[in-house]
Amino acid sequence: MIMSLPIGDRMIEIRFHGRGGQGSVMASKILAKAFFMEEKYVSAFPYYGVERRGAPVTAFTRMDDKPIRARYQIYEPDYVIVLDASLIGAVDVLKGLKKDGYILINTIKSPEEMKKVLNHKNIATVDATTIAIKHHLGSQTAPIVNTAILGAFARMSGLVKIETIMDAIRQAAPAKQEENALAAKEAYENVKLGGD
Amino acid sequence: MKMILTGNESAAWGARLSRPKVVAAYPITPQTSIIETIASFIANGEMDARYIRVESEHSAMAACIAAQNTGVRTFTATSAHGLALMHEMLIWASGARLPIVMSVVNRAMAPPWSVWTDQLDTMAQRDTGWIQIYTENNQEVIDSIIMSYKIGEKHNILLPSMVIEDAFILSHTSEGVDIPEQEKVDEFLGEYDPAFKLDPDEPAGFGSLIMPEGPYMEFRYKMALAMEDARKETGEVVKEFNEIFGRNYSPFVEEYRTEDADAVMVVLGTIGSTAKDVVDNMRGEGYKVGVARVRYFRPFPVEEIRNIARKTNMLGVADRSYSFGPGANLYAETKSSLYGFTDIPVKNYVMGLGGRDITPKILEKVFKDMLLISKKGVVDKEVEWVGLQGDERWS
Repeated sequence: MIMSLPIGDRMIEIRFHGRGGQGSVMASKILAKAFFMEEKYVSAFPYYGVERRGAPVTAFTRMDDKPIRARYQIYEPDYVIVLDASLIGAVDVLKGLKKDGYILINTIKSPEEMKKVLNHKNIATVDATTIAIKHHLGSQTAPIVNTAILGAFARMSGLVKIETIMDAIRQAAPAKQEENALAAKEAYENVKLGGD
Repeated sequence: MKMILTGNESAAWGARLSRPKVVAAYPITPQTSIIETIASFIANGEMDARYIRVESEHSAMAACIAAQNTGVRTFTATSAHGLALMHEMLIWASGARLPIVMSVVNRAMAPPWSVWTDQLDTMAQRDTGWIQIYTENNQEVIDSIIMSYKIGEKHNILLPSMVIEDAFILSHTSEGVDIPEQEKVDEFLGEYDPAFKLDPDEPAGFGSLIMPEGPYMEFRYKMALAMEDARKETGEVVKEFNEIFGRNYSPFVEEYRTEDADAVMVVLGTIGSTAKDVVDNMRGEGYKVGVARVRYFRPFPVEEIRNIARKTNMLGVADRSYSFGPGANLYAETKSSLYGFTDIPVKNYVMGLGGRDITPKILEKVFKDMLLISKKGVVDKEVEWVGLQGDERWS
């Protein structure tokens, strides 16, 4: 099942939640790059708060078929991507998420299990942490999960081809380009989709 | 070549393509990634320039002044407190008639500390004799830097330029940018041809002492004439740039759906970008509103503002800073330009200070307030602060 929203006549807005050091801002940029490679108009930007390792970080990506003029934060996203499940509870990750929108979470838990914690219909999960460690991305204790989760997003949303995500990663990742691309592919193949 | 770039990477590319020989800069958030990107270009051999690390912004501008005096192009970048620290040298640069180009990322002035967008920093430098251009997207950042060298270097102008972008909203936002071809930029700009320079074979002094009966006043008068000429030359340069690079810039004011508008919002920078979306939505619902995005604050587009006033019944001026005068700066200049030319109501809306988000919802409420005033023909109050905490009217 592909959990995509109807597109074409309106802008798609995506919000990332992560912790400083996990690569949320880079993920928002790589996703924008992938959309851009598929001839879409894009913008990606961070919400800059305190820039500390481990502190909650929010980043945004917009995508549209026409030039994007919106110059404000995203308040009602179509998609939310959570790079670190420990943020759930500390941060209101569902805030403003459209009723029919989708949330993707990096966790070992299933979408059904997550539904007990999050009151939302469409939930997808992926164990991006294990995938990142397997591909030696970051360290065992602080794996960098941002590329893996983008692969899962490609499958969940159907908005962008996994091949494009992998190419965007190869071009944008500062190191271990192929490992990062393969992590995205593995997450693409292993994301668990829940919802109607 | 199309690439995904932040506003700051776009500024660095604009500098790179213009081939300055000296870049002197000091880091400050949110500008730092401009000079970091330039430092990488130079370190990688992609840009043939001397990068001078200095101990302050005052020194950065002093170094640019000295370098430009030897007959080369220079570039620097700063924000907020860095720009304030440069103040003395800014006046020197323009008075010495050196067409330096500088990126400024608008950031709020402390206290309290804020790194987010607010245009007080550049507004506080409006009288320094620099040309000031405010941008609304990353394409305009890169293109305006290139055009600024061309305009400033003309021998009837010889004035420095600030190319201004809103903090984070542009500086750290990635979007698609068309990077002009180097050969075309080279052809467009040509070799730098200084009107005068330090030359051991032809010794000369610059910036000497002048007695009150000496030509100090004439120097300032010539700067005023140069700023007037910049008005004419900018029109020509923008037209040429549009043709060569396939762009569509209006030289001084970008008007959006102002024909037949009952009320027009006058803005600077990225507010204009969001406002265009709001105008489209409101037009769809039958509200006749428009936007006039002022690009050049110096020289100020007096004629263009008067022409817009002729087409509409009300002007709402949005300022992202405040000046403790009769309203904020864009408002004061707009109203001053209109005095004696029209009696339509003009109201000042102060918003978005310290990076407070300006949403379509807020802008729609402002447009509706403007329409109400346009019907009544008179303002309820001259200056309205929009979006203060606890003020339910605008939330």
